[in-house]
Amino acid sequence: MLPEYKTSVKKVDNEEKMSGKALFTDDIQMDGVLSAVTVRSKISKGKILNIKLPTLPEGYYFISAKDIVKENVCNIIFSDWPVFADKEINYKGESIGLIVGEDKKICLDLVDQVVIEYEEKEPVFDMKNSAIHKDFEKGDKSVLNDPNLESYTEKFQTGYQEQVYLETQGMLVYLDGDKITVKASMQCPFYIHKAICRTLGYPEDKVRVIQPAVGGAFGGKEHYPSLMGAQLATALVKIKKPIKMVFDRKEDISFTTKRHPSETTISALIDKKGKIRALDIHVSLDAGAYIGCSGVVLSRALIAATNTYKFDYVHISGDAYITNKIPSAAFRGFGSPQSIFAIEMFLAHVAKKFRYPGVLYKNQYLVETGDTTSTNGKFRDKIILKELIVKAKEMSDYDRKEKEYSKPNSYRGIGMSYFLHGCGFTGSGESDLIKAKLIIRKDKNDIVTFYTSQVDFGQGNRTTLKRIVVDTLGIPEDHVIYDAPDTDKTLSTGPTAASRTIIIVGGLAAKAAQHLKDIWVSGKEQEIIEPYVGPDYIHWDEATMQGDAYPGYAWGVNVVEVSFDPITYEVHVEETWSVYDVGHAIDERILVGQADGGILQGLGYGYLEVEEMANGEFRQKTMSDYIVPTSMDAPKMHTAFIDNPFKYGAFGAKGAGELTFVGGAPAVCIAIEQAIKEKIYKIPANPEYLMEILEK
Amino acid sequence: MKIKFNLNKKDVIVDVDPSMRLLDVLRNVLHLTGTKEGCGEGSCGACSVLVDNMPYDSCLTPVINVMNKQVMTIEGIRESKEYETIANSFAKMGGSQCGFCTPGMIIVTYALLMKNPNPSEEEIRLALSGNICRCTGYQAIVNAVKDASKGGKHE
Repeated sequence: MLPEYKTSVKKVDNEEKMSGKALFTDDIQMDGVLSAVTVRSKISKGKILNIKLPTLPEGYYFISAKDIVKENVCNIIFSDWPVFADKEINYKGESIGLIVGEDKKICLDLVDQVVIEYEEKEPVFDMKNSAIHKDFEKGDKSVLNDPNLESYTEKFQTGYQEQVYLETQGMLVYLDGDKITVKASMQCPFYIHKAICRTLGYPEDKVRVIQPAVGGAFGGKEHYPSLMGAQLATALVKIKKPIKMVFDRKEDISFTTKRHPSETTISALIDKKGKIRALDIHVSLDAGAYIGCSGVVLSRALIAATNTYKFDYVHISGDAYITNKIPSAAFRGFGSPQSIFAIEMFLAHVAKKFRYPGVLYKNQYLVETGDTTSTNGKFRDKIILKELIVKAKEMSDYDRKEKEYSKPNSYRGIGMSYFLHGCGFTGSGESDLIKAKLIIRKDKNDIVTFYTSQVDFGQGNRTTLKRIVVDTLGIPEDHVIYDAPDTDKTLSTGPTAASRTIIIVGGLAAKAAQHLKDIWVSGKEQEIIEPYVGPDYIHWDEATMQGDAYPGYAWGVNVVEVSFDPITYEVHVEETWSVYDVGHAIDERILVGQADGGILQGLGYGYLEVEEMANGEFRQKTMSDYIVPTSMDAPKMHTAFIDNPFKYGAFGAKGAGELTFVGGAPAVCIAIEQAIKEKIYKIPANPEYLMEILEK
Repeated sequence: MKIKFNLNKKDVIVDVDPSMRLLDVLRNVLHLTGTKEGCGEGSCGACSVLVDNMPYDSCLTPVINVMNKQVMTIEGIRESKEYETIANSFAKMGGSQCGFCTPGMIIVTYALLMKNPNPSEEEIRLALSGNICRCTGYQAIVNAVKDASKGGKHE
C-alpha cells in the first residue's frame, strides 16, 4: 500500500530539483572565476617556523594570515578558531593559507609544493584538558546517605559521525561594486555574514550573502562555511576577482567538522526492589582543537541526560575537552544523541539486572505534565508520551515479539527507545541572542512578500513557511512570494538550526501574517516588521544551568526490529515503527520525510557508520570507506503522529528535524542486545565490535 | 582529441583529453549541470547518466568510453513523457528533499522501468542501491518508483 498524504501541499522546489535546473554552488557559472585550494598543516601540534612557497605563476596567489584585514578569528559562538593558522598549529589539516588561481589543477600542484618548516610539539589526543565544565543537580540529596542502596556504574562511548550531505562544502565569492557577495552551500546566511564582517572589519552593508540551492546540511554547514567565508573574503579583498572553493569528498570528510565523540559514565544508587533512587551522570565530549560551539553542544547533552525520565535525585556534570584534532561541531541532535544513547542503554541494562522484560522497567520513571525538567524548569505543555508508547507497541506488535525474541538463539531482536528534543535555542537565547525579526510586506496589487533567513537544505521549510503565511492570510498561493534568503533583503530570523525553524520562525511568520491581515487595506502598500517575543515564563540561568531550557519539547518513540547473522556478525534492520508528538503536523508528507531520513541516519549512527581517528587524522576519508546506509540497508519504516498542538508554534507545530534522529541508535542497540543476548556499551555496534563482545 | 557521441538525442563533438571524466565534459565543457558530483569515486550515484540506456557513474567514465554511444542526462530525460510520470510520482511520495541526489535517482528509475516496467520492492531497492540519499531514508523514493511503475495512477 502506498501512502496518501492528506495534509500535504506540493513542494515549491520539486520542479527545479527533479529536473536538474536548481543551481547548487558549483553549478553557478561566472566568467573569470578563480579556484582556491587550501594549504593545510601536516602536523597536529607545533609552531610554523617558515613557509617556503614555490614560484607562483602570474595570476596565482598565496593568501595567509599575513593578509588578514582586521581580525584573524572566525566568528563562531566561542570565537577561538583562527581564519588562517598564524604561528601555532593545533590540529592536522588546519588551514594555513589558500593558493588561488585560474586552473584548479595548477593550484593543487602548487599546494603540494609548499614547504612548511615546523617545530613539532607533543599533541594531546585524549580527553584530559577540559575547556568547559558544567555541573548541576536536582532533587533531594539526602538519599545519598541511605546505607541500604547499592551502587551500580556503567560507561558508554559514542564515535564520530560524518554528516555526508550529498553536496560537499562549497562557496563562491565575488565583488558586486565594492560589496563582498557570497553564494555558498550553507545553513546560516547571517553566521557567514557576521564572520566576514568581523575578519574584514567591514560594516554590515558591505557584505551580502545569498543562498543558492543547498544539497543537505544536517548541522555540518552551520559553522564550517563561516571559516570558508572569512578565508575567501580575505582573498577577495586582495585579488578582487571571483573565487570559488568547492571541496571534493575526500577533503570534505577529512577536514570538516563532525559529531562530538563522547564518553558518558552513569552511576545509580538502587534500592532492594531495583528502583533507582539517585543518579549521577557525567558526559565527556571531544571538542577537538577549538571550542567553537562545543559549550552549547555540552549544555544540550547535559540537559537531555535524563531524557524522558524523572528520578528523586540527579547530579549531572560534563566537560568539553580540547584535543589536537579536527574541531567537532553541530550535527542533528547537537549533543543529545550521545547522552540519550547512554541513559537508554543504562536503563535497559538495569532492567536486565533486575529481570524486568522489555520497557516495563523504564516506564516507572516517565515524566508527566507539570513535572520538573532536569534543570528544574517545568514541563508545562501536555505530555502524551504514554499514548505514543501504546501506539508504537500496537503498530509493531512489540509485546509478542519481545517475548519471542528473548528466547535463546533467536538471532532476532526488538528494541524500543523513548526520547525528547527541546526545540529552539537553549534558555532565553531566542529572546536575548537571536532576536529574530521578520519582514512581511504587501504591494499595491496585494501581492505579499516575506523574508526569513531560514535555509531549505531539504527539510521542506520553504514550502511549509510559505504555507503558514498563505493559510494565515487566506489568499491564493501565487499571491505570496517567499524566496531563498539574501542578507540584503531580509532581517535575521536566526540560524537554520536547533529545530527552531517551524516552532520559532513559523510562529513568527504566522503572527506577522496575522498582523498584516488585521490592518489589510486592499490596493495599498503595507509593511510589518514582526519581532520575536518569547513566552514570558522562560527563565534560564546558563551559569547554574537552572530554569526552563527550551520553550517547548517534541517527543518520540522508536521501535526497531533486527536480525543478526551469527556467522558474519552482521545486523540487518528489518523494520521500524515510530510515533511522534511534534505538536500539530502541518504537512504530513514533509514530516514523514524528516522521520524516515532522521531514523535512518540515527540507525547508521548506532550500528553502521564508523569514523575512527588515528594520530590526529580520520581513517575513513571517502564514501567508499565511510559507509552510510543504502536502499538495501534501509528498513521498511512506519511512522505515525499524534496531534498535541503547541500554543506558541505556528498552527500548533513544534520542531521535528532533530527529534527524529535521536532515538535510532539506542533502539537498534537494544534490539541487537536481544538478538545476541549480550550488552552493548559502544556505538557504532558494527560486526567487529559485536564479534569482540561475543567472543569474550 | 575530437570525440563524437550522441548526447540527449543530438550528436555532439568535444575536443578534449580523452581521459577526461565524462562528468567534467558534461558540467564544465557542455555546461549541463544537472549531473552532480557527490563523491568522485562511484560510491554515491549523484553523477548517474545513461550510456546506451544503462546507468553509468559519469565520474568513473573517461569520455573516450562513450565515443559513438548514446548518452542521456537529466537534461534529456526531462523532455520525455516518462520523466513526467516519474517526477509526478516523486512529488506525490516526497521522493526529493535536498534534491542533490534526485537527478541521479530519476535517471536510475527511468532505466529500471524501461527494462522492468513492474519491479518488485526488492528489485527497486537493488536498482537504487548505487545511489546514496542522506535525506529521505529511501522509503519515499522506493514508493515513488512503485507509484511510477503503476503509471502514477494509484491516487
